[in-house]
Amino acid sequence: MSTQPFIHIKPKKGLQLIDFGELVHYRDLFAFLVIRDIKVKYKQTVLGGLWAIIQPFFLMVVFTLFFGKLAKIPSDGIPYPIFNYTAMIAWTYFAGAINTSSNSIVGSGSLISKVYFPRVIIPLTSVLAGLLDFSLAFIVLLGMMLYYHIYPTIMVLVLPGLVILMMLTASGVGMLLAALNAKYRDIRYTIPFLVQFWMFATPIVYPSSMIPERYRMIYALNPMTGVIEGFRAVLLGRTAFPTEMVLISIVISLGLFILGLTYFKQVERYFADVI
Amino acid sequence: MSAPIIQVNGLSKQYHIGLREKANRTFREAVTDAFTAPVRNLRNLRRLTRFEDDSPDIIWALRDVSFEIQPGEVVGIIGRNGAGKSTLLKILSRITEPTSGEIRLHGRVASLLEVGTGFHPELTGRENIYLNGTILGMRKTEIDRKFDEIVAFSEIEKFLDTPVKRYSSGMYVRLAFAVAAHLEPEILLIDEVLAVGDAAFQKKCLGKMGDVAYQGRTVLFVSHNMPAVHELCPRAIYLTDGSIALDGMTSTIIEHYIKTSFQNTPDELSLRKAAGSDKVTPLSIIIRNSKGEKSSVVNMDEDFMIEVTYQIHEAVNNYHTFLNVYSSDSTLVFGAATWDTHGLNPDVVTQPGSYACTFKLPGHLLNKGAYSININGQSPGKGFIYQVENAVTLTVSEFGGSGGAKSRNRPGIIRPLIKSDIVPLDTGGMNSQT
Repeated sequence: MSTQPFIHIKPKKGLQLIDFGELVHYRDLFAFLVIRDIKVKYKQTVLGGLWAIIQPFFLMVVFTLFFGKLAKIPSDGIPYPIFNYTAMIAWTYFAGAINTSSNSIVGSGSLISKVYFPRVIIPLTSVLAGLLDFSLAFIVLLGMMLYYHIYPTIMVLVLPGLVILMMLTASGVGMLLAALNAKYRDIRYTIPFLVQFWMFATPIVYPSSMIPERYRMIYALNPMTGVIEGFRAVLLGRTAFPTEMVLISIVISLGLFILGLTYFKQVERYFADVI
Repeated sequence: MSAPIIQVNGLSKQYHIGLREKANRTFREAVTDAFTAPVRNLRNLRRLTRFEDDSPDIIWALRDVSFEIQPGEVVGIIGRNGAGKSTLLKILSRITEPTSGEIRLHGRVASLLEVGTGFHPELTGRENIYLNGTILGMRKTEIDRKFDEIVAFSEIEKFLDTPVKRYSSGMYVRLAFAVAAHLEPEILLIDEVLAVGDAAFQKKCLGKMGDVAYQGRTVLFVSHNMPAVHELCPRAIYLTDGSIALDGMTSTIIEHYIKTSFQNTPDELSLRKAAGSDKVTPLSIIIRNSKGEKSSVVNMDEDFMIEVTYQIHEAVNNYHTFLNVYSSDSTLVFGAATWDTHGLNPDVVTQPGSYACTFKLPGHLLNKGAYSININGQSPGKGFIYQVENAVTLTVSEFGGSGGAKSRNRPGIIRPLIKSDIVPLDTGGMNSQT
C-alpha cells in the first residue's frame, strides 16, 4: 500500500504551485497533443503546409509595397523585403501562438470536463505546435538570404535563445489569456485587437532605430522588441546585437511567464465548472 | 480489515445555476441595457466561482457525503438524474474540486466519464489509440505494450489507418472502449459508458469489466443499468438530492431504488397523459409480484402479474387489452392479449364502468434484466382505442430467488424451463447393429 500513490482531494486554498513531477508523468500526453495539433492543422486543405509560408510571405509583400515603397520607411540599410520578412516569421509565430493558446482552454471544454490531467499542458501545446510552421516559414527566409546575398553572423548561435524567449513570452501571455477566457469570454474579442496593437508596438514594419533614443528603453519593455531586433541582428548581420533590449526582454518575458502560470494555477480548479 | 483505498469525508459541492436573464421589452431598454449590462455581467461572472453569499441560485450537487471503500470492492452508484452521481465521480477524478470536505485516494485513478474522450475525427485509429490512451493517463510505453491487445479487442484491425471520422459509430465506440478497457489503475471510475454500442459489444464490455473486478481492482460504477449494477457490484450507494440515502448490499438497494423511482410512475403517467379516446381511458398499470404486492422488481423464478385498470365511458364492442414486452435493447420479446383467454366475439359489448384486467405471467419466463411494457386497448379490426408506450418498467432479478441449478446464469432474453428426458440407450440394440 505504501508504494502506491496517494491523492488528497480537498478545496484548494492559497497559492497553487506547479507540480513538476506530475508534468513529467504526463509528458507523453503533451507530446501526443502537440503531434495532434500539427497533424490536424492542415487536414483537408489543398495547400497544406504552404499556408505556413503564404501568410507571412504575402504580408511581407503588402508591407513592402505600402511601407517600404510608398511610405519609404527606413530599414537600417537592409533591403525592405528581407528586413520585414525576418521580423514577420517571428511575429506570425508569436501572434498565432497567442491566438490559439488563448482559445485553447475554452476549445478543449470536452476534455477538461471529462478527464483529469495537468491543465497547463493545453495552452503550452499551442505554443509548441506553432514551431513547425515557424520552421517552414524560416526555410523561405534562407532562400531570400541567398537572393539578397545577406548571410548570418556567428551570433546566429544565440538564435535558439531568441526563439525560446519568444516562446516564453507567448506561453506567459497565452496562459494568462486562456485562464481569463475560461470565465470572461470577452477575451476572445480582445485578442485580435491586442495582436494588432502589439504588432505596431513592435519593430516589424519599421526599425527600432526610428524610435527616439530617450524612449527606446521604454519601448524595449515590449519583450518582442528585443526578440525581433535580435533576429535581425543575428540573421542579417547589418545591425549590432541589441544586448540591452534582449536583457530587458528576458526579464519581462520571465515575469510574464511566471505571472501567466501563477494566475493559471490559481483558477484552473474551476475550469470544469465554468466552461 | 485493511485500510480503505477510498475515503470520502463530508464531501459537498455547490453550483451556481445562474440567475434568470432579464429580457428587454423595448428598443430603448435594449440600448440602455447594452451600456449598463457590463457592470451587471461582471458581477454575475465573478460570482460564478464565489460562494460566500447565500444567493438564491446556489444548488448543492452534493451535501455532506461520506463513505469508505476497501481495496478490491466494486461499488455501484445509483440515483436519479441530478442526484449527484456524476458530480461525485467528477470530484473523485479531480475534474472539479469540492466546495468542502475531502477525499483520500490510495492508488492510481483512471476515470471513464465518457468513451473516446479526446478522440480526434481527423486522426487515424492508430493515432487515436495513443492520444486517448495518454489522455486517460497511460504512458506511451504502456500503450506500445498493449497495442495489439487493444486492436484485437476493438475488432477494427482493417481500419487502423483510417481516420476515425470514417468509422461507423459502432466501430468508434468499440475502439474507444478497447483503449479504456486496457487501463490498469488501482481505482477505476466509470460513468454510464455502457449506454453505447450494440448489445453484443455491451456484453463483451460487461465481461471485460467483470474481469477488471476479479483482478482485485477497486471500481466505482455509476449507472442506470440495474441488471449491470447488480451483476457487477456486490455493494451499492444510493444517492438522492446529493446525499447518501442508502449504502449496502446491491440487491436491497436496487429494490429500494426501483420502489421509490418507478412505483408511482404508472398511475401518474397514464392519468396525466389521458391517452384514451372518449370511449376508454387507462387508469393505471401495476406490476404485482407473486404475493400480490405492487413491485416493479420480480424474481426470475416467481410468477407475477401485470394489472391494467381502465374506465369505459361508452359501450364498446369486442374490447381487448394488449401488452407488449420489450427488452432493454428495444427488442419485442412477446405480446399478450386478453382475447387469448376470452376469445374474439364482435357481438360482445363491454358496458361503461371501471375494469381491471390482469395478465398472469409465469416465472422462469424472462431472463434477468429490465423490460419496458407497452399497453393498448383495441377492438380488433377497428384499430387502437388508446396506446401507452413505456407504460412501466419491469426488472427481473435473481435476488431472493430460490437458488440452485434453475437460477444459474444463462444467456438469452427468455429462459423457459424446458423439460428434458435422459434415458440410457439400449446397449443390447447398439451392439446388434455393429
